[in-house]
Amino acid sequence: MSLAETQQTAARHIPDRLTTPLARTFKSWESLLLLVAIGIFILNSFASPYFLNAWNLSDATFNFTEKAMIAFAMALLIIAGEIDLSVASIIALSSTAMGVVMQAGFGTPAIVATGLVTGLLCGAFNGVLVTRLGLPSIVVTIGTMSLFRGISYIVLGDGAFRGYPSEFAWFGQGYVVWVITVELTIFAILAVIYAVVLHKTNFGRAVYAIGNNATAATFSGIRVERVKFILFLLTGLMAGLASVCLTSRLGSTRPSIASGMELEVVTMVVLGGVSILGGSGSIPGVVIAAFVMGLVTFGLGLLNVPGIVMSIVVGALLIGVIALPRIYQNLRRS
Amino acid sequence: MTLLKSREAILVGAILLLLALVASRFPGFVTPSNLVAVFTDTAPLIILALGQMVVILTRSIDLSVAANLALTGMVCALINVSFPGVPVPVLVALALGLGALMGAINGFLVWKLTIPPIVVTLGTMTIFRGVIFLLTNGSWVNSHQMSAAFKAFPRENILGLPVLGWIAVIVTLILGLVMSRTTLGRAFFAVGGNPHAAVYTGINVGRTQFLAFVISGMLAGLTGYLWVARYAVAYVDIAGGFELDVVAACVIGGVSIAGGIATVGGAVLGALFLGIIKNALPVIDVSPFWQLAISGAAIIIAVTFNSRAGRSKGRVILKSAEHAQ
Repeated sequence: MSLAETQQTAARHIPDRLTTPLARTFKSWESLLLLVAIGIFILNSFASPYFLNAWNLSDATFNFTEKAMIAFAMALLIIAGEIDLSVASIIALSSTAMGVVMQAGFGTPAIVATGLVTGLLCGAFNGVLVTRLGLPSIVVTIGTMSLFRGISYIVLGDGAFRGYPSEFAWFGQGYVVWVITVELTIFAILAVIYAVVLHKTNFGRAVYAIGNNATAATFSGIRVERVKFILFLLTGLMAGLASVCLTSRLGSTRPSIASGMELEVVTMVVLGGVSILGGSGSIPGVVIAAFVMGLVTFGLGLLNVPGIVMSIVVGALLIGVIALPRIYQNLRRS
Repeated sequence: MTLLKSREAILVGAILLLLALVASRFPGFVTPSNLVAVFTDTAPLIILALGQMVVILTRSIDLSVAANLALTGMVCALINVSFPGVPVPVLVALALGLGALMGAINGFLVWKLTIPPIVVTLGTMTIFRGVIFLLTNGSWVNSHQMSAAFKAFPRENILGLPVLGWIAVIVTLILGLVMSRTTLGRAFFAVGGNPHAAVYTGINVGRTQFLAFVISGMLAGLTGYLWVARYAVAYVDIAGGFELDVVAACVIGGVSIAGGIATVGGAVLGALFLGIIKNALPVIDVSPFWQLAISGAAIIIAVTFNSRAGRSKGRVILKSAEHAQ
């Protein structure tokens, strides 16, 4: 992996004429993705007569809003060279905690707060293990992936929590205006916040610096471990928020909730043009990737394709989007 | 002294302690016949952990082993249903081949396209499971559809140990030889220890990683047939999430996730440790729902332990050079 990287760096040539900003925009991963999104949109509207309907499209946004909330934080984490595979399990644990609080008779504010705080605590746990003990994040989060969901299984067994208060349903089932759902609004607000934080603040610069060269970042005065810890906290918090939305939308908690979602979140981030090796990527890319994945799953759903077949598509997308540019590069070199 | 400090010695101690604890309340758990049953039950985990060990050793990870197992197992079961006459040795060869092919797909993507192994195997994990669904439309292959010979093979008793257990023993011995006595085994260590140095010693890093994936896939395929035949059922979700147990067994067995450090004995003992916990839980009356959390906690504790142990290992081999600086 690192070997191939050095070879690539050695082969990188410096062009005689610098490309204009406009040409760069057209050639970028984001514009390519946008084209794909538009293509899928047009294909879908031909494939099914039910596609071009405001309410159906509004329903389709649920395919990606919860995942995208986590994907924003995950994008920052992956850019900084770490990864969190435990996010789906954090959703399960947060949802279980909310169920316990609900059964104890607390109202909606307490339930939501519990969900968010549980997510934050899980993120802090991952963060402490990675930054304080210096453990590799892949193994830590594979471990906590079992641990967090395992705790949900201990609490719930094969049972479920039902009977959330009706006000709680607002997060996952409510509408702000017309067909604009609460979740879509949260997604849009978060997209703006994350884009500003990553692309316009010192903190965002630090994230890129750490991902490109953590040692150099340390010597430029960036508190690498602290930034990474904050990113794990954020990812946990976003998983908690996604848990609030998902639990509210489903109206129940089972320990198997959101299983396998970590894969879709990572796919969304990678599809959005974030390098899995860290150091590069953008929030607009992740936003478009969220729409692409949402449109693909919605389109396949309208064509009655079962969920597990869609997961093949997701898996193939994940490998394909990384493989294709590399195949193209290999062909050009030879 | 070094013997006592080694990971294997600590694990053997931990396993004996665990057995003693369970035996203090339930002496029946440590009777020879029950220990054989526990070992046989852990055999699939041992076989898969050995394959995973080779992959992790070369700085990769294979999360697709459980899906590979399920797909190969399903193909074997479907062949048995359609052609009950196909003899078991042919099926075993087929399972090895199909598993190796799936491992080769992973390995090829890692080698030729230099895609990070975690991304490749996360992707192929879902693709392999999806293919099972495409093959079967989600239906099950049940015990009564399988031929008697198909189901009997892993349970066949030789010298008091079922064939399934013997296969784990044989795989352990073969890998022990490969790792310690062949150039390929040396290459695995070299690639994991320092890929740049490995290139200068004439080792093809990508090809070595490719072979590691082929070995892991081949063993997953073999386990696929054994698993389906032993439990006499095949469906989309068999061994779901088992890849985490396999990685856990390796990490507990002292395999460094950063590559370059692993022992066959460690991987086997790590698998046995998890297997004994899994079998002891129902005996000491703990709900099986605790299993997942315990596996997770074991991974975290083991990896913390690994990093502590690794830190004290460094020693100065050139004292004069150290002083000169």
